[in-house]
Amino acid sequence: MNGIWLDFERPIGELEKKIEELKGLKGVDEEITRLESQAKRLKKKIYSNLSRWQRVQLARHPRRPYPLDIIPLITEDFIELHGDRRFGDDWAVVSGIAKFDKFNVAIVAQQKGRDTKEKIKRNFGMPHPEGYRKALRIMKMAAKFAMPIINMVDTPGAYPGVEAEERGQAEAIATNLFECAVLPVPIVVLIVGEGGSGGALAIAVGDRILMLENSIYSVISPEGCASILWRNSSKNKEAAEALKITASDLIKLDIIDEIVPEPTGGAHLDPEQTAKNIKDALIKHLDELTKIPIDKLIPLRISKFQNMGVYKE
Amino acid sequence: MWFKKKVKAKPEEKLKLPDGLWVKCETCGEILYRKELEKNLWICPKCNFHFRINHHNYISLLLDDTKLKEKDKDLEPLDPLDFPEYKKKQKTAQEKTGMKEGAVYGLASIGEIPVVFAAMDFAFMGGSMGSVIGEKIARAIRTAREKKLPLIILSASGGARMQEGILSLMQMAKTSAELALLAQEKIPYISILTHPTTAGVMASYASLGDIIITEPGALLGFTGARVAQQTIGAKFPPGLQRSENLLAHGMIDLVVSRKELRSTLIRILSILWKHGKAPTK
Ligand SMILES: [Zn+2]
Repeated sequence: MNGIWLDFERPIGELEKKIEELKGLKGVDEEITRLESQAKRLKKKIYSNLSRWQRVQLARHPRRPYPLDIIPLITEDFIELHGDRRFGDDWAVVSGIAKFDKFNVAIVAQQKGRDTKEKIKRNFGMPHPEGYRKALRIMKMAAKFAMPIINMVDTPGAYPGVEAEERGQAEAIATNLFECAVLPVPIVVLIVGEGGSGGALAIAVGDRILMLENSIYSVISPEGCASILWRNSSKNKEAAEALKITASDLIKLDIIDEIVPEPTGGAHLDPEQTAKNIKDALIKHLDELTKIPIDKLIPLRISKFQNMGVYKE
Repeated sequence: MWFKKKVKAKPEEKLKLPDGLWVKCETCGEILYRKELEKNLWICPKCNFHFRINHHNYISLLLDDTKLKEKDKDLEPLDPLDFPEYKKKQKTAQEKTGMKEGAVYGLASIGEIPVVFAAMDFAFMGGSMGSVIGEKIARAIRTAREKKLPLIILSASGGARMQEGILSLMQMAKTSAELALLAQEKIPYISILTHPTTAGVMASYASLGDIIITEPGALLGFTGARVAQQTIGAKFPPGLQRSENLLAHGMIDLVVSRKELRSTLIRILSILWKHGKAPTK
């Protein structure tokens, strides 16, 4: 079927393999039906009790739909636009304009790349400063033409390299946070896969923040956390638990507004259904947001972030 | 998938000011007489290395009458994620520093110019920014906006506080949003970066000053050298993330000796912010 099974999914993979094998044979219809309902039960059991680390694995699944898989399924006439007009064009960030339902929108997304060649071209979805500056350029253009913005987050983090430092990675991220706080158009953010720290946040300041059911959003990767906390990057399971990085964690912490459901077993098993769920959610929020006058929308956005934080007064 | 190489981590350096009679400069190795060093504002007379000093030291150094009218002193951290060891770490840091959290803010004046002043303290859990620091910085910015006073924030931080997870990350958005409102009022914000200012703090309010001043030799950047090594195998050349290199790459305005910091602030404020504009008490 999908070919790649994560370790915790292997029992399902084995059952499905068995079913496939039986399918060529005669007189085993009953057995196939039995195994299929067994597989269904097993899927339900496994996928309804996912640990945080298992969700990390789904969020990073090599076949997970990326923004460039989703965008054609939910928009018409997406035109990709390139470059930050300052230094270069960062392929880890995809941006452009499109028709989306009844809206004309701008879209900014992070893109990891599927095969080795594309992964390298897209730097594994880790943007350089020019990627964030391209994102801001497109978002400012959207504001100029009063177009709502859809941002799709899927990055392990901002690129931690020498050139990124020299070209002001910190400044690029900070400037996006600063500008997006008051950008005078609705912004809806969807965490598609990995929301890796400041590198994700740089395109994740908006009026609504949605997460796909098996996506993650964290201040630090579980591996990074484990290496700092236990000096052992293989304690990633414990770190994922401690950091509370799943969609259901974040909705409880009042950080996100909605969880967009995925098909059983994860978005990669049914990208079309996933895209439909995404589209429905985005339309709902854009419908609501476009009715709010801009002079009300900005204070609402700012107070959303002002209220984030837990402390004793 | 993150870690190309497993690197044995070094224990974090101890960050209290040495209390012996003699102190060794961590940059040039010179053995220095503590009293002399103190008189020299903890600047190595041989190599100009700026030793890390705490927020009390900066208050004495920068503010008129060495006074900060501190606000929201009692804001205290909680443990929203029930994170392993976090409560214990808070307690240790509180005992070590005498602070409830790693930042202070309040009203002050510099060269008789009323300002809002905020300072982080690296001694409190590496200056890591959790909900309290984010909130205090946000309130400092809001106070500057409401009272129409120039804002000065002195940063020292290893980044967001892991133990508060996503809540820490959101402090970057919160403080930056407040700064966007401050900018609309055309009130100046001077950001002072001290050794070290990195990651989540550097990628939010620290980098958003109208004017950014740093101390010489301060480590400034987005990614720590160790993380860069572990995640992508990158080797940062020496000096990459030092003040002087950031100045060369156009990322900051001024590298200023600690001895000139106060006078530089006064000179800047008296040009950017005319005395007449400041409300009289
Ligand atoms: Zn020295």
